[in-house]
Parts: sequence; structure tokens; C-alpha cells
Amino acid sequence: MTEAISADGIRKRYGDVQAVDGVSLSVATGEFYGILGPNGAGKTTTLEILEGIREPDEGRVELLGLAPWPRNTALLPRIGVQFQASAFFVKLTARETIRTFASFYGIGPKRADAMLERVGLTDSAGVLTDKMSGGQAQRLSIACALVHDPELVFLDEPTPGLDPQARRNLWDLLRDINAEGRTVVLTTHYLDEAEVLCDRVSVMDHGKVLKTGTPAALVREIDDTVRVGVESGQLTAARARELFAAAGAEITGLEDDGATLSLSTRLPAPVLSVLAEQNALRGLEVRGATLEDVFLQLTGREYRA
Amino acid sequence: MSTTSTPVRRPESGSESAGTERVSAFAGLTRVMLLGFVRDRGALFFVLLMPLMFLLMFGALFKNTGAPHVKVAEVGQVRVLDSVQGDGRAELEKVLTISRADDEKSALEKLRKGDLDGVLSEGADGTVNLRYSATDQVKAGSVQGIVNSLVQDANQAASGKAPVFTLVPSQVEDESLKPIQYLTPGLLGWAIATGAVYGASFTLVSWRKKRVLRRLRLAPVSPGTVVGARVAVSLAIALAQTAIFLAVATTPFFGLKLTGNWWLVVPLVLCATIAFMSIGLVTGAAAKSEEAANGINQMIILPMSFLGGAFIPLDGAPGWLTTVSHFLPLRYLVTSAQAVLSRGGGVMDVLPSMGGLLAFSAVMCAIAWRFFNWDDA
Repeated sequence: MTEAISADGIRKRYGDVQAVDGVSLSVATGEFYGILGPNGAGKTTTLEILEGIREPDEGRVELLGLAPWPRNTALLPRIGVQFQASAFFVKLTARETIRTFASFYGIGPKRADAMLERVGLTDSAGVLTDKMSGGQAQRLSIACALVHDPELVFLDEPTPGLDPQARRNLWDLLRDINAEGRTVVLTTHYLDEAEVLCDRVSVMDHGKVLKTGTPAALVREIDDTVRVGVESGQLTAARARELFAAAGAEITGLEDDGATLSLSTRLPAPVLSVLAEQNALRGLEVRGATLEDVFLQLTGREYRA
Repeated sequence: MSTTSTPVRRPESGSESAGTERVSAFAGLTRVMLLGFVRDRGALFFVLLMPLMFLLMFGALFKNTGAPHVKVAEVGQVRVLDSVQGDGRAELEKVLTISRADDEKSALEKLRKGDLDGVLSEGADGTVNLRYSATDQVKAGSVQGIVNSLVQDANQAASGKAPVFTLVPSQVEDESLKPIQYLTPGLLGWAIATGAVYGASFTLVSWRKKRVLRRLRLAPVSPGTVVGARVAVSLAIALAQTAIFLAVATTPFFGLKLTGNWWLVVPLVLCATIAFMSIGLVTGAAAKSEEAANGINQMIILPMSFLGGAFIPLDGAPGWLTTVSHFLPLRYLVTSAQAVLSRGGGVMDVLPSMGGLLAFSAVMCAIAWRFFNWDDA
């Protein structure tokens, strides 16, 4: 597979802060690639360097075989960048906005209107952008990034503040975009989003890439801990501890928050049989590790959504 | 998950020439800026309505200060007045308002209060008594002159001979400014300065703040196209302001008479607009928010308007103020526009100003370039 993006050892310093500290990554053509990391991890700066908005202090970047810095007008029509939803011209309607963006690429109003329809905004085409709902503005923002039919699309936090239904609609749209053969690079606050959408993800912190791989491989690799939970009140935490020790069931954590007695273990079988013997299986939940656990283990901190 | 079954279509634009894209981007940006201006009621008010309201207000206020008009009361019958009839009477009433008073005492009371400028009565033997107040020297002089000429005319007519001497008065080009002659270019200059400074600075600040500048940077649009579109829109707005102002000022009510090469105001306005825009570029590059830009702009425009002669004529201004005004672009617009609009000025009255305005713009653009930032970050 050819590379849509290749970055090698990029670094960027702002004053005392080393925002990006030697990031290398490679994204294949047609891939859906996610960059995860807590706030301040250097995701946005990395993305900006990839897009060609910022010049790295060190390192080399190529998009579609071309250097994005300095500003390369031959490359620009081939990439699409989605911004925060508020980055629109003032006092324009949705239709006027997307037609304006289309005009920058020499694209006529018909194609612009078709893109508006694709993101389901035909009915709101006459609404001023500052009167649109969060979900509508996000979709318009994505439509503006796609109006010139780019090969490579960058999405920076596309779904914050959306209701679950709007998020799911947006995910469908993003999957379709990718299925058409476009390479998509996404930064997100939401791990479920990365798990659902991305072929591969990189976890970043302190300006470095900590780990890269498919979501499934990352989960398998870091942890085979299973989380088990049952309804509280069937077994006290102290009694459970005794019973597990007696049965030789190793547990790594045990907690009763008043609603759920939850524990984690690498060997779920003896734990479950103890719970079954005690007839304490009401409300049983067994769950494997998620990207959230990967994240926690790699960065040592909770993911702040 | 990743499929490459559908090949990515290349943008159609790829086959079009860069020229077409530039035209399309220029048209798109021009439209955005025009719509942004027309839909912004506040901008419309400050750039068009408020200056027009000032013109209406000051124009109506100062309208009659130029022509002396005196009011007299006629007590009893005064033959020299009553004998003037027909066309002569209409001509007389242009300069003299004549009212009748039955009671001399109350008429004199009015004269003392300043409600009348003269009280006329006829005594025995054809004596014409004129009482006047010396409070207003001009009116006192006028009323004496007018009544005196009436008496002379009546005497001459009574002699039954043809007049030996006849006075033929003719007016030379009036060198003193009439209010409408300085109000029009002054308030127009203020309006154009407001529109151009705000247009440039708000576009810059709000596009940077809303990250539209970054978006433009990631589109294949050249900075020249963006700047060109902004300049074109501001020039169009300035020309519209000029057209509306001249249309209003030349109505019979205001009575501005355009003379000679008045059209020279068009290139002058274009150069001045560019100069004002360059000020807006500096404030827009320096200010972090619309509010800050608003404050800085007003701090520049208002003093510049007063010191540059937009509200008050600079003719009688003290020396230091004249010196200060030479550094203000608005002064060059206002004085040159005064010269060409109604005082018969020619090319040489505007060319040096236009050169100066463009030089000023070049300096300001260089400063703006130093401060310019694509992002707030």
C-alpha cells in the first residue's frame, strides 16, 4: 500500500513546552487513522504540522508524496481539513457558506449543493450558520472540508457536544467517506469513537507516540484483565475477598460502590464459580478490556472526555 | 473497514486553469464580504445612515446663515413700502419680511428683544423713521441699506426723470465656504474613513478569531485574491457612499452646486479608501478581538475627523492644528474634495493628495505586515 502520510521525527517547541517531541507515523492510502491522547498531549500541534499550517522545528513530513510546508498550492486541493464548527464566515447561510468554500476550488454551486444534501442539510440550507444546532454546524463543517473531493481528510474532534443520535449519524457519514477510498485522519476525545471508526490508532502523550496499532491488537496486547460486576448486597466486599482467597482466585481490584460490586481479574473462571456458589450472580456483567484501559495503562491517567 | 473499491474521483477543478479558480474565488470572497456588510445593520447604520443624518442635521441647521434676512414692522402707513408692488414687492420680500404693527410701543419692545430688526413709520413731510437695534451689526447695516435704497428709488420715481446713474451689481465667485460646501466633503470623508477602516480591520480580526483565515490558508487561494476582494468591496462601498452623499447634497434643499471637474472626486475617493483600509489593516493586525479593534478604530477615526477638517472647516484653524492635519489622510480627502466639488478645482488639486494618500498606504501596509498573524495562537 502506498503512503498517504509519512512523518519522521517531527518536533515542535513553544517556549519552554516541547509540544511535539519526535513523532513519526505513517498512514496508508485509504486508511482510517486515529490520534488519541489527553488534552495537551500534542495531538493538535501534530495535526497542524501534518496539515502544513505549522512548520516543525525538526523532522520531515510528506502528504501524498509532497511536502506540506511551505504552503503548497498544488497539494491543497487534494487535502480537506475540518475545523471547529464555528469557523464560518459571518452572516452567511449554510448554502452560501458551502458555495463560498466551493468557489475557492473553482467548483460550481451545483456540486456544493449536492454536498449539502449528502450531509443532510438541504432543509436547513437557508439557515444562518450561527443559528444552526451543534450537529448541523458539525455536518456543515465536514461538508466544507469535503466539497472539493479531497483524497486525504483531516478531522479534528468532529463530535464533541453532539447527542448520541447525531454522533451515530456522523459516524455513518465518516465511514462512508472512508469507504470511498479517502484516507481519513481523526483526532478525538472519545475512545469509543476511535474503536468504532479507526483502522489504526496512535496513543500520544507528552508530545510522543506511545503506541500504534489496531484498536483490537492494542487491547489484547496491554491487558487481558476481565472486569466482573454483580449487584451490591448479595455479598460484602470483605466476605468476597475471603472466599476468593480460599478458592485461589486471583483478583487485582475489588470495590463496592453501593450499586455494584466490581472486581477485575486475569482468571475469570474461579471468580465466577465462587460467585455462582454464593448465588450472587444477580446483575452479572463480564467485560473485557477496552481502549479506555489501554489508554489508562499507557498514559497513567484517566481519559478526560 | 478500509476499502479502496471506489477510486477517489479527482476534483473537476484539476482540469480547469488556475485563472478560472482565481476568478471563482475572487467572486466568492467578494460576495461573502458584500453580504456580510449588507446584512450587518450596525455597519450600515454607522457607515451610511449616521453620516447622512449628520448631513441632514447640520445642513438644515446652517442652511440660512449665508443670506442676511431682516424683519421689519410697519407702523401705520408707510408709503415708500406700500408703493412697491408686483415683481418689485416679491423681490423685496426675499430680503425683507414686513409685518404690520398698530401699536408703535409694542413694536419697539419686540425690536429691543431682537424679534424685529427694524421698525418703520412715516412722519410728517414724508419723513421715514427707521428705528433699529445695533446688537446685530450685519442686520443693522442691512436694514438701513435696504430702507435707504427704497427711499432713494421712491424719490427718483417722484422726480419723474429717467435715472442718470444705474448700478449694475454682479457677484464674483464666492471664495468663502458655504456650509454645504464643507459639510458634504467633510461628512463624506468621515463616512468613507469609518467604512474603510472598519471593513479592513473587522474582516481581519473576525476571520482570524473564527479561524477563517486558517481555512483560507488551507485552500488554494492566494493572499492577493483575498486582499483584492476586500479592496474591491471597500472601494465599491466608498463609491456608493459618495454617490448617495452627492445625490443628497445637490438636492435643491441643500443646494450644493457641482462645478467643473467635480468627477475628480472619484479617483480621490478611491485613493483615500485605500489609505483608510491600510489603517484598518494595522488595527486589525494588532487587535485581538472585535471589541478591541472597535475601540482602537474610534480612537483614530474621531480625532482624525475633527483635526482633519471633517466636521469644522480648517480655514480659520490655528497653525498647530493645520500642521497636525498634514499628517492625517482624511485632511487630504476633505480639502481636495472641497476644491474639486464646488470651487472649480482641477487635476492639480487632487494629484498631490492622491500621491500622498498612496504613499501613506504603503507605509501602513508595511507596518501591518510586521504585526500580521494567521492565528491567535
